[in-house]
Amino acid sequence: MQRLVDSLIGSWPQMLFAIMALTTVGCSIAVVVTQNIVRAAVWLLFTLTGTAGLFFLLGADFVGATQLLIYVGGTLILVIFGVMLTARGPFVQMKTQSGEWTMAAVVGLVLFGLLSYSILSTGWVKVVQKQSIEISEENSPTTTQLGMQFLGVPPQGSLVKRDPAGIGYLLPFEIVSVHLLVVMIGAAYLARAKRRKRAEV
Amino acid sequence: MGFVIATVQNQTMNIELTSVLLIGAVMFVCGVVCMATKRNAVGILIGAELVLNASNLNFVAFAYYTPFGIDGQAFALFGIVLPAAEAAIALAIILNFYNNHMTVDVDRADELKQ
Repeated sequence: MQRLVDSLIGSWPQMLFAIMALTTVGCSIAVVVTQNIVRAAVWLLFTLTGTAGLFFLLGADFVGATQLLIYVGGTLILVIFGVMLTARGPFVQMKTQSGEWTMAAVVGLVLFGLLSYSILSTGWVKVVQKQSIEISEENSPTTTQLGMQFLGVPPQGSLVKRDPAGIGYLLPFEIVSVHLLVVMIGAAYLARAKRRKRAEV
Repeated sequence: MGFVIATVQNQTMNIELTSVLLIGAVMFVCGVVCMATKRNAVGILIGAELVLNASNLNFVAFAYYTPFGIDGQAFALFGIVLPAAEAAIALAIILNFYNNHMTVDVDRADELKQ
């Protein structure tokens, strides 16, 4: 009995990984297969949540939390609002023709075969190193490291020797922040209410 | 003996990296097929989100399994923030198109002006 409990405790990362992987893969296939746009949005919700669980299992705690906050909490709400604002009668369910389905299935299967062949035939052992797991365990909250990188401080304890004068990700971080401001103004400009246009129509 | 143990660990980790990459490949292909088959503009946006999410999964997997630090996680953060901006712009364009044409069927979006 004790050995059974020990083996269960020892194998819970694998079990969690299997659950998250099945959730992600199954729900992403369901996004494609379903014809109802509202259901596709809901399946996308479960796909993104499963991916966040995979991020947690891969030692990326801050990225997983950001995925839940921004992707599931923000972007998906935007998509669902878009569905609600445009869903009127026939647009909820728009059928795809069977010829298009066949073409897309063939292209998708060929693409997946190519990707999986290149993944399985690559010798990842040269890339994967034993220290990688130990590193991500001892630096367990990755928030400090990520914040230092975004502020331009070179990270300590990284296996790769860095240029000491390097500025990390300071410049992309600033560009992204300005980009978000531009996007906010642009989206507000594009989606503003146009009363006169409505009256003409 | 120690070498053998290290090899076995490398092999198990190798399998895990491969399985994560395969999950990413499935999501990527689903996103591409979703973009190709959906006629609703919001459905195409959903497919783009799937593709970008698969790329984020690959970034995080390589950040975990390779000795390059957490650069992959930083890239994944950019890959989360930029699709949020992309979704906002795309939804603004879709709403504009819906206001002008009273449809979200992308097959009918073949003219620049009304």
